[in-house]
Amino acid sequence: MAHHKTLGESLRAHGVSRRGFLKFCAATASMMALPPTMTPAIAAALEQARRPSVIWLSFQECTGCTESLTRSHSPTVEDLILDVISLDYHHTLQAASGEAAEHAREVAMRENFGNYLVVVDGSLPGPDSNPGYSTIAGISNYQMLMETLEGAAAVVAVGTCAAFGGLPQANPNPTGAVAVQTLAGDKPVINVPGCPPVPMVITGVLAQYLTFGKLPEMDQYNRPLAFFGQSIHDRCYRRPFYDKGLFAETFDDEGARAGWCLYRLGCKGPSTYNACATMRWNAGTSWPVEAGHPCLGCSEPKFWDAGGFYDALSVPPGDTGSTLLAAGVSGAIIGGAAAALAKRRQKADLAERQPVKIDELEQKL
Amino acid sequence: MIDPMDFLLWTKGPMFDWAIAIFALGMLARLVEIFMLGRKPNYAEPRGGEWGPGFRTIFTRSVADAGTFQRAPFNVVIGTVWHVGFFIALLLFIPHIELIYSVLGIRWPGLPNPVVDAVTAITILAMIGALIHRLRNPVMKHISTFEDYLVWTVTFLPLITGYIAYHRMIDPYPLALGLHILAAEIFLIVLPFTKLTHMFTVFIARWYNGAIFGRKGVAS
Amino acid sequence: MSSLQDIPVHVAAEWGNALPVLHEIRHALERLAETGEARVIDLNAMPFGPGDEDRLLGLLGQGEIEARLDALGVTQIRETAVPGVWLVDHRNADGERLVLHVEIAEVPAILRTQAEDLRDAVAALDARLATGASPFPHRPDN
Ligand code: SF4
Ligand code: SF4
Repeated sequence: MAHHKTLGESLRAHGVSRRGFLKFCAATASMMALPPTMTPAIAAALEQARRPSVIWLSFQECTGCTESLTRSHSPTVEDLILDVISLDYHHTLQAASGEAAEHAREVAMRENFGNYLVVVDGSLPGPDSNPGYSTIAGISNYQMLMETLEGAAAVVAVGTCAAFGGLPQANPNPTGAVAVQTLAGDKPVINVPGCPPVPMVITGVLAQYLTFGKLPEMDQYNRPLAFFGQSIHDRCYRRPFYDKGLFAETFDDEGARAGWCLYRLGCKGPSTYNACATMRWNAGTSWPVEAGHPCLGCSEPKFWDAGGFYDALSVPPGDTGSTLLAAGVSGAIIGGAAAALAKRRQKADLAERQPVKIDELEQKL
Repeated sequence: MIDPMDFLLWTKGPMFDWAIAIFALGMLARLVEIFMLGRKPNYAEPRGGEWGPGFRTIFTRSVADAGTFQRAPFNVVIGTVWHVGFFIALLLFIPHIELIYSVLGIRWPGLPNPVVDAVTAITILAMIGALIHRLRNPVMKHISTFEDYLVWTVTFLPLITGYIAYHRMIDPYPLALGLHILAAEIFLIVLPFTKLTHMFTVFIARWYNGAIFGRKGVAS
Repeated sequence: MSSLQDIPVHVAAEWGNALPVLHEIRHALERLAETGEARVIDLNAMPFGPGDEDRLLGLLGQGEIEARLDALGVTQIRETAVPGVWLVDHRNADGERLVLHVEIAEVPAILRTQAEDLRDAVAALDARLATGASPFPHRPDN
């Protein structure tokens, strides 16, 4: 079946010309955030690439990541990629449901044991939590993940929930949600965080795995460096304003209108690693900072619990004002008590004072 | 392996609260004690006011007199440079102003980042200069105690880590920022219990000096 | 009626990430002239602010040649007013941009006849002759 065709063959079967293939490779290089000089290497690799089987699991999620994926800004390329990777199981996108759907998953697992790719969006209740918080076809998320991981070559955690726990894990984490990587054991994990991730980044990571058949270079959070290697701040076109110290202070002041830096309005760009500033959103139209809104830091762990979205990065998330007041008052009381004590001692000493005259002293000697 | 984001959130969250609490408690305890103890009543007839000369002395003693300058020009220049630089970096950097505003509810205009950056660089150099001087001058070296070196270190660390964080010289950034915040917290914690309290007491002491002389009707 | 355009946001024009890209192009042009080495710059990967791309393309201007490739959607290839600097604008079947390249070369690579196609070319011509396709009328595809 098509599973055994190389990508080159299946593209030709689609009637794609040599120049079309090159164009496809150029677009793929751009999508993978690789320089155009890599196009020939990509062409060579894609020519040989085989169609891997992909099982997509959706756990405690909002479907935003899948929505994002289906809005990837290069439908031709994405269609081809999705055509080429065989999405054997995806709740939202597959036609089958119920028993038939689960059957498809089992078949895909059996036939491609050891070689298929698992994609997960959403976090899941950990092994110690009540499994009833999230189940699919009566199977707990935990059980389904562990079963599916067994024969997987690698797992891609799409979205901040799957990668870092995300919203379900935010304080107080009622479902005991955990990230995929905490359960993956020694299976390689690629994290593609974002709430949701940039669509092109999802397809880009999948394309990269498909093209080169190996894990990309990753940072310490297992995020592919090609997309998450640089911070928003480092690639932000508003950076010159930050460097000059020109900041918008409200959303409608002169600075906001002139497009100045959004740091004071809460921009988390300096501590956030993502591709928004170059890949942009909505078919490359714009991105949050360009639209005048500070970066929320959505591709970082704990971003829901990291303080107010509209508080500057330097502002602590807690209520430090009252800590300061309480500590100050207690300090004042302690200081007051210490002073009172010292004064009391002074007074007591004064009361017990026995003046000695000089001749008395001389007599004593 | 430490998780940089966890580290940053710890320094911004619980650790920051602890540092602020220890600082406020220690500092207020000391100040209230100082004020309440006051000074012995002086029954002599005053020959002049206290307030005016008190405030005048705060200023006059902040400027080195000619004699001191001639004896130790290096100390005066370097000392002034890094003290002023330290306060510019502390109080006029926009992210710091945002932090102070969030805690105290007061704010003031800041300086452009490159200006603060340059001032910080000068301050760092001046502090290194001061340390070298302390180590090479026999008298300075002789009278320096462990506390002096401790105080130098906890003052230097926030500056150097701040410079590193601003220039993003450590990756990833949350780690760099976390280190800077931690350094500032150590400074806050150490402050009330070392000679760093002079940040607050120096002007009180100068005022008292001026006030005493003023009362006696002499200039100080 | 109020529309997005009515919101008074003006763009402070002095910033431009177009400038570094122009320098890169200049550098690549020098190399092309000296060593014949071509270079491709992916404009999608640039942290452009609003208006940067327009400024860049505006400055490069319009040259003499325009070509069109029909494969997986339309690709526009045109030389800019600066000889040796080409724009290759790949679009998909829906007309959305896939990638915009600035190619500094004598001829953009995609315009050349591809080596693999060349190998098959004689056979393709032979096949056409064998089917006895009439040389008239002038429509090539008939
Ligand atoms: S808007 Fe945000 S990301 Fe851009 S320069 Fe300012 S702080 Fe950095
Ligand atoms: S700008 Fe920041 S918050 Fe917004 S999508 Fe990008 S990384 Fe997430």
